[in-house]
Amino acid sequence: MRVLLSWLRELAPVPTDADAVAEALDDLGTPVEEMTRLGEGLEGIVVAEVLALRPHPRADRIQLVDVAVGAGDPLQICCGAFNMAVGDRVPLATLGTTMPGGMRIERRKLRGEWSNGMLCSPAELGLGDEQGGILVLAPDVPVGAPLRDALGLQADVLYDLEVNPNRPDAMSVAGAARDLAARFGVPFMLPAPEVTPSGDPASGAVTVEIADPDLCGRFTARVLRSVSVEASSPPWMQRRLTALGMRPINALVDISNYVMLELGQPNHPYDLALVGGGGFRVRRATPGEALVTLDGLERTLGVDDLLICDGHDVPIGIAGVMGGAACEISEATSDVVVEMAWFQPTAVSRTSRRLGLRTEASARFEKGCDPEVIDLAADRFCALAAEICGATVAPGSVDERGQLPERPPIRVRTARVNRLLGTDLTPARIRGLLEPIGFAITPVDGDQDVVVPPWRHDSTAEIDVVEEVARHHGYRNIPTRELTEPRIGGLTPRQHDRRAVRRLLTGLGLAECLPPPFLAPGQLERCHLPPGGIELVNPMVAEESVLRPSLLPGLVQAAAGNLARRIEDVALFEIGHVFLPPPPGQALPDEREHLAVVLARREAPAAVEVWQVLADRLALPEPAVVNAEVAGLHPTRSARTTVDGREVGVVGEVAPTVLATNGIDERLAWLEVDLGALLDGPRRPRTYRPVSRFPASDVDLAFEVPDAISAIAIERTIAAASDLVWSVRLFDVYRGPPVTGGCRSLAYAVRLQAPDRTLTDADVGEVRSVAIAAVESAYGATLRG
Amino acid sequence: MIEEISRIEAEALRRVDEVAAIDDLRLLESDLVGKRSPLAEVKRAMGRLDEGQRAAVGRRLNAAQRAVSDRLSARRAELEAVVLLGRLEAERLDLTEVRSGRDAGHLHLVTQVIEELEDTFVGLGFTVAEGPEVEDDWHNFTALNFAEHHPARDMQDTFFVDLGRPREVLLRTHTSPVQVRVMEKRPPPIYSVMPGRVYRNEATDATHLAVFHQLECLVVDRGITFGHLAGTIDMFTKAFFGEGFSSRLRPSYFPFTEPSAEFDIQRPDGSWLELGGSGMVHPNVLANCGIDPEEWSGFAFGFGLDRLAATRHGVGDLRELMSTDVRILSQF
Repeated sequence: MRVLLSWLRELAPVPTDADAVAEALDDLGTPVEEMTRLGEGLEGIVVAEVLALRPHPRADRIQLVDVAVGAGDPLQICCGAFNMAVGDRVPLATLGTTMPGGMRIERRKLRGEWSNGMLCSPAELGLGDEQGGILVLAPDVPVGAPLRDALGLQADVLYDLEVNPNRPDAMSVAGAARDLAARFGVPFMLPAPEVTPSGDPASGAVTVEIADPDLCGRFTARVLRSVSVEASSPPWMQRRLTALGMRPINALVDISNYVMLELGQPNHPYDLALVGGGGFRVRRATPGEALVTLDGLERTLGVDDLLICDGHDVPIGIAGVMGGAACEISEATSDVVVEMAWFQPTAVSRTSRRLGLRTEASARFEKGCDPEVIDLAADRFCALAAEICGATVAPGSVDERGQLPERPPIRVRTARVNRLLGTDLTPARIRGLLEPIGFAITPVDGDQDVVVPPWRHDSTAEIDVVEEVARHHGYRNIPTRELTEPRIGGLTPRQHDRRAVRRLLTGLGLAECLPPPFLAPGQLERCHLPPGGIELVNPMVAEESVLRPSLLPGLVQAAAGNLARRIEDVALFEIGHVFLPPPPGQALPDEREHLAVVLARREAPAAVEVWQVLADRLALPEPAVVNAEVAGLHPTRSARTTVDGREVGVVGEVAPTVLATNGIDERLAWLEVDLGALLDGPRRPRTYRPVSRFPASDVDLAFEVPDAISAIAIERTIAAASDLVWSVRLFDVYRGPPVTGGCRSLAYAVRLQAPDRTLTDADVGEVRSVAIAAVESAYGATLRG
Repeated sequence: MIEEISRIEAEALRRVDEVAAIDDLRLLESDLVGKRSPLAEVKRAMGRLDEGQRAAVGRRLNAAQRAVSDRLSARRAELEAVVLLGRLEAERLDLTEVRSGRDAGHLHLVTQVIEELEDTFVGLGFTVAEGPEVEDDWHNFTALNFAEHHPARDMQDTFFVDLGRPREVLLRTHTSPVQVRVMEKRPPPIYSVMPGRVYRNEATDATHLAVFHQLECLVVDRGITFGHLAGTIDMFTKAFFGEGFSSRLRPSYFPFTEPSAEFDIQRPDGSWLELGGSGMVHPNVLANCGIDPEEWSGFAFGFGLDRLAATRHGVGDLRELMSTDVRILSQF
């Protein structure tokens, strides 16, 4: 939403200090996204008359323009635009001029032809966005005059405002002026157009029927006769429209836009002669009903869309969004009917979104227009049309009403206001803040009943009014307070443990990564994981359309990418959510927090070691690995990780076939665990185990153990053989002769000690025997000699 | 006999001086001071002398023995020093040649920022709450006072999840649904922050991510005012960014807070950083979570973390935060 300082000041005498106004706009919740000082840097730009247009002998996209700037010889200009005609008045940047954009105009040759200056577009002059060509000025501006004088450009300031959904009033110059007037404590005055009607009344010329009053709250028609459509709007109007980003077209269209920008009321002039049946009917579209809109596209509509039809029920516009091509004003137009209406905001919003068609009108209707400003806006339109286009205004209007939002009084409790804001505002102060923005106050026992103005449909509850009080009191004037009550803050044990895991893994030299959790279709299959990941309804791209059920595909891809870049030390971990199908009866997925580790150029044991230190750090009870075939992993180098016999993850190496599919020719050691389950799960008791002051004795035991028996099982059995066992460490594994096939030799270093004495040979011998017997009897293992 | 002792002594001292290796010294030691050494022989022969001579010869013998013994010790010390010197020289290392293959490990930039923020808020007496990334419409929108046709519910803004209930299940678009979960789960007072990953169905570029991170702060208690919101944001600003920083609030709009405000941070050089959104928890939101808005009031504020994480290290393109390139990850 753009506003000009001069236009604001026409409605309210706000300060001339552009920065003060900008600050107030910011402070009122209509932040200034961009502030442009207009009319600066236009020295050296004069009005020139086009005398002749000649083709450039050696370029198709440039033409030669001879212009006069008053006395003196005509100047030859090379120009890349073709929108002007002989006799047009155009802006010429003379030699030596520095343009608003910083470019300096020099005499130079373009493809061999001299150019003695530059003809300017509105954008080059900082007067608007329009890139369509050279700015063609009104025919009566004096040739040779400075452009600033010719356009009546005073120095002005253009603000581009951001308007929030709760500020429908700020969608017009008048609304912004009203808010500023309240802030600066100056009067706000709406325009007071004077209309002198004559001829037959409008009611005889046009009819209006609202068939769906729930979607159309008001529809009015005014009639203008003998409209001089060819007239162009005055420079001051063109200047304002251009500054606000609208291209001047002709007087009638310009007036239409001007009224909308000024008062926030979208409107539409129709050629009365072309309105079939001499009337309007507003109704819902029938399913599949089609209409060609002004932009030349055919739009297919449905029952949620509201149409403006003519008296024969033929659609001529999509209500609140865009008119149809049928009843457009043309050179042949004489009599005009001007429509102004109020349409239900959410309906306009839905239609506009569904059609992908956002217009100046829809932007205003969907925020909620003021249904009562229509009378003023219609008068404003008619008065301007009479003045500029010589139109005769027909007496009266045709004015039908449907359902408009009610505005019942809202009880606003003074104590509530102060309790929410932390202020000490009196009822008088509250009233003083609300009345200037149109909120009507009736005092009730120290509180107030508030009726919101018709341009503030967003405000329907006490809290909405509290916000208005805060806004106009000024957020910066609300005293800040600190939270003073003592409270116990802190991380939960779970959160502490998660941090401990991160510290442990970085301590092992790993780097954390956070890739997005989306997979491509087929990516699971390429990692030999079961298909059936949860899909997005509306992914941005197909490659990111599946929610990961495992961290494996993402990290395999990460490893592949790094290896392809010849990065040798790829040791990554990720802690992130994975998404499994919802449990029965649940709407949301079974969402879990997983931890995964990938170590490139490392073999499975490296990943098992990570699991072991992880289990140790978290003091997991009875952590183990159980050799098993695991989807996606190397079939003979994979295991499930368990805690207390419960499965919590997988460990090993990524399957060679998966590596091949992903273009990886190195081994990848892999660990993935359900971190959430580990964090929530049980812990080993961490009570002190006394250390002995007496010397320890060491015994080495080597067993021949069938491959099916886990090394951890043997270790645990030895450890459990006697209280004197302090520690058991697997120090050697050997396969091959003389060890029996299908078995391996596992050698353990066992350290024994007693808390109260030095162990005797007999003590050691007994523990040794018990341990050997336990291992041999439990696992069919045999002690090696 | 005295002469004999002197001769033996001189010979012994000469031999000690001539020894060049510590092992030879050990052998020589037994030759010179052992039971079969010449001085020991002399001592044995002393028995044949008369008492007058014996005393004088004895004194001379003791002196000779002491002299030889001292010379041996001295020579041993010399030779040991030479050995040590040799060994030390042989062990010489150039420590500039050491290059560890070890890596200190790297926490992701976003993790670092989240942990710092958590610590800041824990210091201010807050707890940390978490919630799922796939949410239902209730927690992400409806309970937060989003109107039925609010644009945020549009396909252009929100990723919907295909679980057979169109528009009901989605990737959370902000961390605010965790507010709802916290308020539904436990009665006030509530002083919590909620960091997490959020999703928007928007084109990704250098300054916008479809997958990013937010942190949200929620307070619900008796007598909480807009003044507390402003004061808490200011305190957080100073705690996290530094004493030289300050904050300001500007009116804005969010469905789930009213009054709502944008909050900006002012750097010590006077420049402003637009950080996030804030406001008093909307009475409808409190009521939706079973909290009586007449008894309790609260505030919330939240902001994106990725830009904070990126800018403090000069990462110009937010997409780098998604990268798994070790060359990026290992820098921090």
